[in-house]
Amino acid sequence: MTVNGSPVRRRIPARQHLVDFLREELGLTGSHIGCEHGVCGACTVRVDGDIVRGCLMLAVQANGCKVDTIEGLSDSGELEALQKAFHERNALQCGFCTPGMLMAAQDLVLQKARCSREEIKRHISGNYCRCTGYQAIVDAIEQVLNGQG
Amino acid sequence: MKAPSFAYARPGTLAEAFDLLERHGEGARILAGGQSLIPSLNMRLSSPELLVDITGLAGLSGIESLPKGLRIGALVTHAQIERSPEVKRHAPLLAQAAPHIAHPAIRNRGTLGGSLALADPAAEYPACAVALDATLVIAGKKGERRVKAGAFFKGLFETDLRPGEILAAAEFPPADKAVFVELARRHGDYAIIGLAGTQAASRKRFVFLGAGATPILAVNASKASSLEEAREVLGKDLDPPADLYHSSATKLHLARVLLERAWNKL
Amino acid sequence: MAKAELPLHAPGTQLDKGYIGQSVPRANAQRLLQGRGSFIDDLRFPRLAHVAFFRSPYAHARIKRLDFSKASKAEGVIGVFDGRSVAEYCTPWVAVLAHLKGIKSPPQHAIAIERACWQGEAVAAAVADSRSQAEDAVARIEAEWEELPVVVDMDEALAGKRVIHPELGDNICFKRELDTGGVDEAFATADVVVEDVFHFGRHTGVCLEGRALLADYNAAEHSLTVYHATQAPHMMQDIFSRHLNIPEANVRVITKDVGGSYGIKVHVYADEMATAALSVMLRRPVKFVADRLESFVSDIHAREHKAKVRLACTSSGEILAFELDDLTAIGPYSVYPRTSGIEGNQVVNLTGGPYRHQKYRAKMHVVFTNKNVTCQYRAVGHPIAVALTEGIVDLAAQKLGMDVAEFRRKNLIPDDAYPYTFPSGIKFEKLSHHKSLNKLLQLMDYQKLREEQLRLRKNNIYRGIGLAAMIEVTNPSPAFYGVGGARISAQDGATLRLEPTGMLTVMCSVTEQGQGTEAVFAQVAASAVGVTLDKVRVITGDTAVTPYGGGTWASRGAGIGGEAVLLAGRALRSNVLDVASQILKADKATLDILNNEIINRLTLETRMPLAELGRVAYFRPDTLPIDFQSELTVTRHYTPRQYGFTFTNGIQASWLEVDPDTGFVRLLKHWCVEDAGTLINPMLVDEQIRGGVVQGIGAALFEECLYGPDGQLLNGNMADYLVPMAGEMCDIVCAHLETPTRQSQLGAKGVGEAGTAGAPAAVMNAINDALAPLGARVTAMPFTPQRILKALGKV
Repeated sequence: MTVNGSPVRRRIPARQHLVDFLREELGLTGSHIGCEHGVCGACTVRVDGDIVRGCLMLAVQANGCKVDTIEGLSDSGELEALQKAFHERNALQCGFCTPGMLMAAQDLVLQKARCSREEIKRHISGNYCRCTGYQAIVDAIEQVLNGQG
Repeated sequence: MKAPSFAYARPGTLAEAFDLLERHGEGARILAGGQSLIPSLNMRLSSPELLVDITGLAGLSGIESLPKGLRIGALVTHAQIERSPEVKRHAPLLAQAAPHIAHPAIRNRGTLGGSLALADPAAEYPACAVALDATLVIAGKKGERRVKAGAFFKGLFETDLRPGEILAAAEFPPADKAVFVELARRHGDYAIIGLAGTQAASRKRFVFLGAGATPILAVNASKASSLEEAREVLGKDLDPPADLYHSSATKLHLARVLLERAWNKL
Repeated sequence: MAKAELPLHAPGTQLDKGYIGQSVPRANAQRLLQGRGSFIDDLRFPRLAHVAFFRSPYAHARIKRLDFSKASKAEGVIGVFDGRSVAEYCTPWVAVLAHLKGIKSPPQHAIAIERACWQGEAVAAAVADSRSQAEDAVARIEAEWEELPVVVDMDEALAGKRVIHPELGDNICFKRELDTGGVDEAFATADVVVEDVFHFGRHTGVCLEGRALLADYNAAEHSLTVYHATQAPHMMQDIFSRHLNIPEANVRVITKDVGGSYGIKVHVYADEMATAALSVMLRRPVKFVADRLESFVSDIHAREHKAKVRLACTSSGEILAFELDDLTAIGPYSVYPRTSGIEGNQVVNLTGGPYRHQKYRAKMHVVFTNKNVTCQYRAVGHPIAVALTEGIVDLAAQKLGMDVAEFRRKNLIPDDAYPYTFPSGIKFEKLSHHKSLNKLLQLMDYQKLREEQLRLRKNNIYRGIGLAAMIEVTNPSPAFYGVGGARISAQDGATLRLEPTGMLTVMCSVTEQGQGTEAVFAQVAASAVGVTLDKVRVITGDTAVTPYGGGTWASRGAGIGGEAVLLAGRALRSNVLDVASQILKADKATLDILNNEIINRLTLETRMPLAELGRVAYFRPDTLPIDFQSELTVTRHYTPRQYGFTFTNGIQASWLEVDPDTGFVRLLKHWCVEDAGTLINPMLVDEQIRGGVVQGIGAALFEECLYGPDGQLLNGNMADYLVPMAGEMCDIVCAHLETPTRQSQLGAKGVGEAGTAGAPAAVMNAINDALAPLGARVTAMPFTPQRILKALGKV
């Protein structure tokens, strides 16, 4: 598969899910494990352009796919606007949910030019954050999407 | 928690898939989008010997218009259904239901076939399939067979699928009107109770999810001539199982509320 | 003490307080935003082993036999251990405190021996090359159990027909009674008496990062380094040292990024102690990261209370007395070392807190049950005390036909009444209840909202307004734990070092858990010394590096740690000016520091950059007078002592809509006015409040650990235990008053728990306000659709 633009070849156990593969095999520890049953969204990564739960996809299923993680999208600069808005508005505290939250937010940014706050909330409704109460996150995403907030 | 060990195969043809399923029998599980199977593996609730990944099989994807209705391949994802103009036009019930299923990252992977074959009574598509009187297309070693949705869902997580068979597609006849409503505590949660309602040739069909071991067609309420009557007789149709937070009586009450909301939209 | 004498010339700003009061983004957020943080599970070590625990499937059962023969042979397994083998390396503990008179609890081991007392208690550990393999081994452990009778219900526990720990005599861990006298008379003469029973569901913290530690024992040195997601590194250093019998100087606890804590990560957990012991036993690094399922059954729970509260008042609305009877269940053990008696104790201390009645009687029982243990979790006892107080206050106002805001105004302790001693004995230095109330009503446009509410009711739309005034314990003195014998530091320290390059390094014993500790320390340090923020680096979370201190809990980081930083900064500033005066041969009084330069205090003319001063001080001290030694590293400590706690106050309001058909609650808006003294970084304070409010909303609407009659946790996963998600949350408007504490120069009080303390009560009162015209009322949290429909008589 291609991970953050680089080809990767590994032999791995079938049971290893994608986020364990990224973390354990490739050392890409930016994608986090929060529940391993698909509810919290901390492991959100992009496979062939679509966001997925990294814990609900086996690494073997990503064979031949193009996988993007927080590290890759940080280095490419794709997340720069969101990261800046999150930083300015303190839309993160402990930061454990943040990589997954940014992946979900960027998915919305790529899909839509403008968005209501309700739409933003719906789009990140599968990403759990215990620290912020979400408002600053919604504000930051709104700022990037609509240039306001 | 990490999944227990298992083997994995990704057959390229149906024949290969049937062969694998036959050889491994009970020990084999079909893997499509994996959005229900993988969590159960990660919680060590199931421990198959082999996962047969059917996502490489040709002929199970695609949304296709039929002379009467729509054929949707088993591997079509919730996200594809949500965005498809054909679905919006020919099976608006599914288009209405799809956004209620979990969250975008899950809808990108989860499939129609997976949801129907799992037959979780709290899931959206099984109820929609029954409400639309869909026909499920099942592929087996000996060929294809077709089953009406009403007969497909046999019990809790139990379907008409026989060992070695693969759900290939579902065909949805058109409806004149359709409405999907559900009540979930949080956006994307499994619904406490939900309702897929259709009207075709002035006949209503109300099918509830989260109301029993399978999607429940409210036979009496569907026949009722007034909302009053429908609400009244719904008690004969439903005996919903309690969940962690809601008693059977609460769910029946909420079912009546949904019935009223759906009735007014049909 | 006088107010902080901060630099007159604010680097980069016009304000006279430097960076104090400015919403500066956190520098350490950058790495987290790029996925380049360093959480425990991100660490990679040579010979790292992973542990998984075999946990009791029963709430109460005797271990008849444990068979590891199959597990030991599983691939990658290094060893499988039971409680006895681990106990040889780790001594048990008993969680009691001397000032909680009569509190009792049995010894608890790192891994249970003989008996499991709750579902999820670890009874064996498997260590392997990977977590998957350790789990495979756990799945192969064979156990034979003898199920024992369970005690699940609080009242049953109190009645004590079955006693969980026979050696203790009964199931009562701790009880407390308090009586000011005159309560019966007050109730007898009152015009109005109201009474109600409130139920509070068990919660848990659900930190997104599970509890985690990596223990690395070095046999050659007999030393232990523990990378630990903890709030209290020094406390854990002491505990690892004492229970593993390693000299304290040989134990180092390092806390890097922590993925949420909220009180969950300030306790001693048996499985974490076992992990450290296993590292010693196996002489190699061992890592434990609690997965989500085991987090639900092993992270502390909190808040399971049932309380009856009564209020007596006059017909003109003057509150005369409160009476409380609280019952809370804590699981089978009091949690070490803070004990599980504190939450109930806080409920007794705080109930009725904002009001000026003088008569108060309280009774409180803390009982053992066969459920997971409970202990201090964000806002400890406050959400319960505030809900009890504000719930009964609303009921009294309703009975009197008085507006709830007016009723509060009549009874809140006057802003000029301080210092003030509350009937429970707690002392308030200076609070601002009335100013806060006024500010809140103005902020939310209370009158207009009431009009809107009335108008909508005519259209069968049921909206409610709920108010919740509160007090909050912050900046605790040694009276919280130290006096009871716990080796928990109430003091904290900061070391500031001016580097040769003119950079400022700050090392502080308070840890960063995402709340912005390091950012506010940087602001205080930069302001105190006179450098710009980009010159400051902050180091926290390493017992080998920082001064000794308590860490992060009880809303103490900014108020105590911040003061230590300020004191150290002012001392360093003076020392730097000493050096400057030597180099420049100028009178120290004529010099100052501004924007990383020594300046002339009067003319503001630049005299020399700090980088040049650093160069001379470190590399060319030969050019300085022979009898002068520069001291560019300074350490200072701070302990609040004048008051037991530095109380803050605040008030919240909730505006929501109840759907009487479905029982669903839709949050529309939430307001919080808080007085946390000096605000160092208003943005971070707002975000603490917002996050806290949402945790409180979770309590009011969603969260409860549900147990079956057999003591099984029924919803121990993230699909079934409902935490607040973005889709259902409303915007939260924050405003502040600043009544600085005069105990410190900085004047900061704490703010970490205020949101969580008040939100449940505000939401409850709003729901009941919405339901009032329908004759319904709810008092059992969380307010699920079913509970609301039941109250409405619909099911």
